[in-house]
Amino acid sequence: MKVKTHAEAAEKFIQDEPRTDWHDETLWFVREKRDRSMHGVNEWELLREWASKIKDHTLSNLDNYLIEFEEKAKANGIIVHWAADGAEHNQVIIDIIGENNIQKIVKSKSMLTEECRLNEFLHSKGIETVDTDLGERIVQFRDETPSHIVLPAIHLKKEDVSETFHQHLGTEQGNNDPQYLTEAARQHLRSKFIEADLAITGVNFAIAETGGFVVCTNEGNADMGAHAASIHIACMGFEKIIPKAEHLAVYLRLLARSATGQPITTYSSHYSKPRAGQQMHLVIVDNGRSKQLGRADFRNSLKCIRCAACFNTCPVYRRSGGHSYHTAVSGPIGSILTPNIDMKANADLPFASTLCGSCSNVCPVKIDIHEQLWKWRQLIVSEGYVSSGKKIGMKGMAFVLSKPALYRFSGKAARGFMRLFPFLFRSKKLNPWYRQREMPLALKQSFTEWYKQNKKA
Amino acid sequence: MSAREKILHAININKPELVNLPEVDMQQVTSYDDLLAKFTATLQSIGGQVLGLADINQIHSLINEELTNGHTVLNAINGITDDLNSGQDAITLEPVYKAFIKASIGVAENGAVWIKESQMINRLLPFICQHLIVVLEKDKIVSTMHHAYQQINSFEEGFGVFIAGPSKTADIEQSLVIGAHGARSMTVCILNKDF
Amino acid sequence: MKVGLFIPCYIDQFYPQVGIATLQLLEKFGCEVHFPMNQTCCGQPMANSGFAALSAGCDKNFVKNFSGFDYIVAPSGSCVLHIKEHLYDADEGTAGHIRTHIYELTEFLVDVLKVEKLEAAFPHKVGLHISCHGQRGLHLSSMSELMEPSFSKPEKLLGMVKGLEFSKPKRPDECCGFGGTFCVFEEAVSVKMGKDRVAEHAENEVDYITAADTSCLMHLEGILKRQGSSVKTIHISEILNSSIV
Repeated sequence: MKVKTHAEAAEKFIQDEPRTDWHDETLWFVREKRDRSMHGVNEWELLREWASKIKDHTLSNLDNYLIEFEEKAKANGIIVHWAADGAEHNQVIIDIIGENNIQKIVKSKSMLTEECRLNEFLHSKGIETVDTDLGERIVQFRDETPSHIVLPAIHLKKEDVSETFHQHLGTEQGNNDPQYLTEAARQHLRSKFIEADLAITGVNFAIAETGGFVVCTNEGNADMGAHAASIHIACMGFEKIIPKAEHLAVYLRLLARSATGQPITTYSSHYSKPRAGQQMHLVIVDNGRSKQLGRADFRNSLKCIRCAACFNTCPVYRRSGGHSYHTAVSGPIGSILTPNIDMKANADLPFASTLCGSCSNVCPVKIDIHEQLWKWRQLIVSEGYVSSGKKIGMKGMAFVLSKPALYRFSGKAARGFMRLFPFLFRSKKLNPWYRQREMPLALKQSFTEWYKQNKKA
Repeated sequence: MSAREKILHAININKPELVNLPEVDMQQVTSYDDLLAKFTATLQSIGGQVLGLADINQIHSLINEELTNGHTVLNAINGITDDLNSGQDAITLEPVYKAFIKASIGVAENGAVWIKESQMINRLLPFICQHLIVVLEKDKIVSTMHHAYQQINSFEEGFGVFIAGPSKTADIEQSLVIGAHGARSMTVCILNKDF
Repeated sequence: MKVGLFIPCYIDQFYPQVGIATLQLLEKFGCEVHFPMNQTCCGQPMANSGFAALSAGCDKNFVKNFSGFDYIVAPSGSCVLHIKEHLYDADEGTAGHIRTHIYELTEFLVDVLKVEKLEAAFPHKVGLHISCHGQRGLHLSSMSELMEPSFSKPEKLLGMVKGLEFSKPKRPDECCGFGGTFCVFEEAVSVKMGKDRVAEHAENEVDYITAADTSCLMHLEGILKRQGSSVKTIHISEILNSSIV
């Protein structure tokens, strides 16, 4: 089945205009909460600058920090694994499952495991995992992927959740009360935590100087799993490293405020050693990150702390939804990360933007997202991932615009054409502009012609 | 070549020129005059509750009240007991209605408290209980996370956590629901001889 | 001061009145304005579509036309930003001078000419649309995403116009959805974004929507006309240059 481009998928999404308005307003509300939260921190812009520079430094010394991190982690009893790509990551996990005869698995939010398609892989081997983040459990029941990296079910209304829970958990049909539905999920997942043999979590920050890592949640699901199960596997992209524990202050002050407008998530759990009798594993994953590190124009996309502030502010994301981006990490940051992994499949994504620049402004680590989108466009075109029609059109445009007399002639001819044959431009089929907008008037005189007539001495 | 060697080598050849760490200037960091007021207001705004205690023994009245109501209570403040050590598993701890735990510090800017493993005794306890009561000395409240990390060694023990209020979620149509998988409520008892 | 007037291609072709208003406004403030007759385009439509590599001819022509001016002024934030960031030529001396001496109209009036008074009158209710490239690229006004003191060069100038009743939409600086070739290649999202902008201004019951960029206005105007709305669009230069008839 051919994957829809962003433009095609977005067009379908927008067909339900009231629902698009609802999706847009819901996410704009989150952006507003972020703004209110920002205004409570006088040193906000300084914090962003520190967060950005700490990550710049870290990327420039990344291998040494990873070596230090691994050494400290191992000394604390954590078993460290390395995976060059998603397939190796999945293999590490299935090997641990096999070696320990694991039956029941719970997983808290990890966009890395989404990127590696872990659930799909385990399912193909007959192994089921239970996603314990409420939003992720909802989409898991519906056989969907998350549409937002922080708010996985943001594309669903409470009626949708109610119907899903009625089907899978036997809740009252038609009871849409979020409190009621959350309580049902609490009871359902509580038993899963208690029975779990293995808990898989993500990693928000990994600290080189201590070998420990931090996991941030509001629900407490990562901790319920990790402290109950006899085996805990934490999965991280290698760019999650920060140098020192004191740097956590900078990131923890920015993360939740940028993501949801809260001053901090309910739980910021610092893991250093496995508890007595527990196995703790850490999987460090590359999956294209080292390649991105080598791209001077795009490497600082690796500073991302996965807050999704860029999603919430993006006027295009809000009106097209995460599923239109056909990648695990969607939104503006996804559009500068994913072409690195597969430029052909993701060639449409850097064009799913007006380059308004709002994303770069909300990014807590000052990634120049909109500038990278522009630069990806140049690379994608030079690599040939653009339609030949567009190429020919642009070559024509470049030619005309470099020749003043030809430009003036073409302009006059085009306007003349528009006046003589308006029906050609009023074809919704041939002229996408005309589908929902009137054309600008085709005037007899351009500015240049007016100037020649009235001003030129 | 192992994955480890492949990855470290790739990073080594692809990383940019070394740039320096920035200086985090504490002079620029917010400082609150009335730490207790800021902490209290923030914690309440995120769904937590605040009580004043004159001394630690008042905790016993609170515990007795729960026991009278027939609730299962665990008190971590007095340290390891037969009922509470690192050995209890999830099945054993599941019925805990209220847990009483002492915290090291509180953070005014976000209403969070820092609890380390030796204070919670069992890592599951602060998460698996239905209601969490945390005791915090008044003069252990600091302004921001920067101040907090200056005072704690966050990776000294095997586990530690900043807890800010009760567990929550807004995953269903952005409606805030207090009480997700962790505690349904969280109360910080501020220990202050002036109360 | 010798000012080179840069009139973006789509203004030249479809909105000459914006060029005329800009010219007249600059002359009112004593500028010696020249319009290089052989200018064509800044090259932005190609560059933003990924074809910056094709812009050499266009850039060369721009440099040739705009050498020898104290300032270059254009009634377009996005075109000015593009030149500042992407104009390069074999003649780096001239290209460099252009990049550092090119201004969008409102910033030129406020920062260089230091205009404090306007003999202008426009007794209508006007909604200001903040164009993204001018705001986030040229910093014509403060940005809602940042912790920074509030300011706005376009608003400052509109405040000098007699009889003008000013309004701002609820979302002060959300993009209109034009985005260059985005307007046709992502037509559905582009129009939806434009409709939402227009709806916020309609809530304020404006007579006109204005902006510093005609590209935004062309897009919003197309939507308004299709809706049969009585709201009109007008470039800020025309307001600043207007008087009671």
